[in-house]
Amino acid sequence: MQTDTPKVDCAPAWTEAGTHAMSPLATHDEIARFNFLANLNKYMANVVVGGNKVAYDSRAKQAFRNTHGHEPQGRREIRAAMSVDPYYQMWSALRRNAMEMRQQAGRSMVLRQAEPLRDRARSLNAGAKNLQLHPNTPVPRYQSAIDNHCMPGSYYAEYLADDVSAAANYDAGMFATTTGLFGRYLDGAGRGIVEWLARRRPGWQPARILDLGCGVGHNTVPIAKAFPQSRVVAVDLAAPMLRYGHARARGMDIENIEFRQANVESLADADSAYDLIVSTMFFHETSSRALRNVLQEAARLLAPGGLHLHLEQTPYHAMEPFEQFLRDWDCYYNNEPFWTTVHDTQMLDVMRQCGFAADALFEDEIHAVVDLQMPKVGAEVEDFGRGGMWYAFGAERAA
Amino acid sequence: MDHLELIKLANAAAQGKRPYFFSQPDVDRLLSILLAVTQELAVTRERLDTVERVLERRELFERQEIDSFRPDADAARERGQWHIEYLARVLRVLQQEVETMQRSAGDVSSEDVARELAAG
Ligand SMILES: C[S@@+](CC[C@H](N)C(=O)[O-])C[C@H]1O[C@@H](n2cnc3c(N)ncnc32)[C@H](O)[C@@H]1O
Repeated sequence: MQTDTPKVDCAPAWTEAGTHAMSPLATHDEIARFNFLANLNKYMANVVVGGNKVAYDSRAKQAFRNTHGHEPQGRREIRAAMSVDPYYQMWSALRRNAMEMRQQAGRSMVLRQAEPLRDRARSLNAGAKNLQLHPNTPVPRYQSAIDNHCMPGSYYAEYLADDVSAAANYDAGMFATTTGLFGRYLDGAGRGIVEWLARRRPGWQPARILDLGCGVGHNTVPIAKAFPQSRVVAVDLAAPMLRYGHARARGMDIENIEFRQANVESLADADSAYDLIVSTMFFHETSSRALRNVLQEAARLLAPGGLHLHLEQTPYHAMEPFEQFLRDWDCYYNNEPFWTTVHDTQMLDVMRQCGFAADALFEDEIHAVVDLQMPKVGAEVEDFGRGGMWYAFGAERAA
Repeated sequence: MDHLELIKLANAAAQGKRPYFFSQPDVDRLLSILLAVTQELAVTRERLDTVERVLERRELFERQEIDSFRPDADAARERGQWHIEYLARVLRVLQQEVETMQRSAGDVSSEDVARELAAG
């Protein structure tokens, strides 16, 4: 064996992920399954995905021209051309399987310890005023029609009373899916927001902060930490996510986040109740109507002098059709049914229609701030739509 | 919940029609199975690596020994035999095909025999 062979770019081991009070116990082989999946994702992103463009340029484009008399125009025709190409079929099938296997790996680890995890959450959540559950909150059609990103039972399944297994699975698998690009605590977006705010408004202390669709609070936590004097309200529809998120935050000694179960299309707070309103990777899981409802509600809730900041994946407008086509994969094959529409939407136009016309609107790009020392060798490669970089949009209200 | 029920729950299908990418869905199925087997092979490989590292940490052997290991004649023969047995097991279907081709009369189908037996 040669010892000076150059190192290959690999995913960080699952054991590099940060642990907290709600971390499930993992056996050797459960960890190894995640390690396999993370590296499968890495290999797919670094090596396999590139072949799609080669297949397109070298044969799929021509095959399409032969039957249609012209080259594919736009991402829909590119998709028609590629969906019959064997390379794209193989890439798609591998990617879909990687998603399904990630769910299986997480669930088989978490479900066997659903009870002890639930008990741990119960004791961390006991008597907490900062956990506000409203079990009768209806789950809207855009969340219930199909299971988000192939997650069986989505965020909502409860197999026992006070179940947190859906959230534990979501949390445990994400490090493998994102190959560490979101950081050890999957908080790269939240840290990115904190850094961005420090540049945009140095020294600003927003007293009241709202996080829309907080999940388990991966990105709420760094914001709450950065503003320890502030009161943070983190809202989500899913009780398992909130139970787990609250227990996780508590285990980190964070006491300034209220986790609240509600639909953010309509909140009970008074007008101008918040100084900073954020969301991370939230809007792509809604619908055209819900997007507008939420923005209208957010406009109502923002105080004078306040700021809005929302992070999503890069929109399609300024993007080559072939890249649009690749990014659109998740919409069709990874149960992200609003993905295409949200990326085609001109967010600032919608904001103007939703009550922000008088405010200073902005767009920007925010990169994940990651605490992980990645075994980085080659250039960082993004797995289309899964990388540590976001499109940011928002508004500043005059004081 | 017993182990089988638990693994079935872990295996649950997500709501939403599953896409099939190849012109024959059988290929999608086989790929899913192959990828799961590939994963389990990686898991076993990682486990073996762990065993080696633990033994080395306990100074029971050096990992270097594995790469420089040369079996003596008996061990080499045992291992060779294991490889042959293993391949015979894996490639069983080819052997059976040849056997059938060699049967001079050819094989009858159970269905034909069933009809024959029913008739008398
Ligand atoms: C992809 S997760 C993102 C979680 C979190 N923002 C993060 O960055 O980790 C989207 C979350 O939005 C929640 N959600 C979807 N629609 C919602 C709504 N109308 N009101 C409140 N939460 C919602 C889901 O339950 C889910 O937890």
